[in-house]
Amino acid sequence: MKLRFLEVSVGLFVLLGIAALFYLAVQVSNIAEYRDSDTFEVTAYFDHIGGLKVRAPVTASGVRIGRVSRIAYDPERFQARVTMAIQSDHDYLPVDTQASIFTAGLLGEQYIALEPGGDYEMLQEGDEMLFTQSALVLENMIGRFLTNVSAD
Amino acid sequence: MIDFLAGLGRTGLGWFAVLGRASMFLVRVLFSQDAVLRRFSLTVAELYSVGVRSLLIIVVSGLFVGMVLGYQGYITLVNFGAAEALGGVVALSLVRELGPVVTALLFAGRAGSALTAEIGLMKATEQLSAMEMMAVDPYRRVFAPRFFAGFVSMPLLAALFSAVGVIGGYLVGVGLLGVDSGAYFSQMQAVTDWREDVVSGIIKSVVFGFVVTWIAVFQGFDAEPTSEGISRATTQTVVVSALAVLGLDFILTGLMFGDL
Repeated sequence: MKLRFLEVSVGLFVLLGIAALFYLAVQVSNIAEYRDSDTFEVTAYFDHIGGLKVRAPVTASGVRIGRVSRIAYDPERFQARVTMAIQSDHDYLPVDTQASIFTAGLLGEQYIALEPGGDYEMLQEGDEMLFTQSALVLENMIGRFLTNVSAD
Repeated sequence: MIDFLAGLGRTGLGWFAVLGRASMFLVRVLFSQDAVLRRFSLTVAELYSVGVRSLLIIVVSGLFVGMVLGYQGYITLVNFGAAEALGGVVALSLVRELGPVVTALLFAGRAGSALTAEIGLMKATEQLSAMEMMAVDPYRRVFAPRFFAGFVSMPLLAALFSAVGVIGGYLVGVGLLGVDSGAYFSQMQAVTDWREDVVSGIIKSVVFGFVVTWIAVFQGFDAEPTSEGISRATTQTVVVSALAVLGLDFILTGLMFGDL
């Protein structure tokens, strides 16, 4: 009887621990994002990416359809090359889709917004987006505003 | 002056000797791990005394740590109008740091000291020598199941601590202070990454479990077989474990999150 109590309580303890791990995975973290492993990668060149980070969201009409997988500096084009992993069920993006870097809220994180163009050809794995819009840099904006004001 | 230098040298050599004995002990315990499955009822009994009986203190402290995090996070965040980010603050601090570290400290105090005292007393009352006389290997009979139990229990307890802490933060943040329930969890999922945050926390708790149990079992094995020696060994277990956990935490955090 004593041994049985030991075994049952140890079994419950292990189950409880695994349940806690499961809870951390499902409820607390973003494990669901790792499930959609079917993605295709496209690249885009930006003059300035601002504070964009790897794993930042890639959205179309505000709906998240992928994430930034790599950011590197291209020393030949003097531009930042951003690689995005986009879910395969969203592979109907025209080749003249525009990628812009926006900020969520006033101080929020930066993300890439895609605006589909009108071409009949669709983006494939490894393609490059031709139309991009860089992140707004606050200092540049203030500088431009000041020159405009002083010109008046 | 010469005496001082000699004393310094003796202390240093003593430390190295302890480290060497501890490493040899660890190797022998690891090579005796097949006994864990062969005498599984022994392992279950150890899992009970090390793991199950630590449940209460872990769950209660996890709940309170989570609730305090909820309060403190809210007080700071509400100044920036970002009270909705509370879930992320609570989950990240628990999963990355507080879960593994606080659990390891409590575990060293609750289970580690008990292991040391038990093994130390076995040694003082010559039970270990008696086993050897009867051709029972104390490494297989005593040390291996205890080591295994501590090593397995610690990550499970740390996961429980974090999970209960998240619920505690929810109780205070959503129940008491009126943060939106959906925002609490969606913020949490937005900032907590499975691989980088949760898995790193689990790796930390596995390392801590290994180190704390090693220190506890070895201190008992290495204790001077007197009542004073056992009390010193038990104190040593808690002190050395706490220092080792905090020092290792710094190194592991640097390795895991240093490039962010």
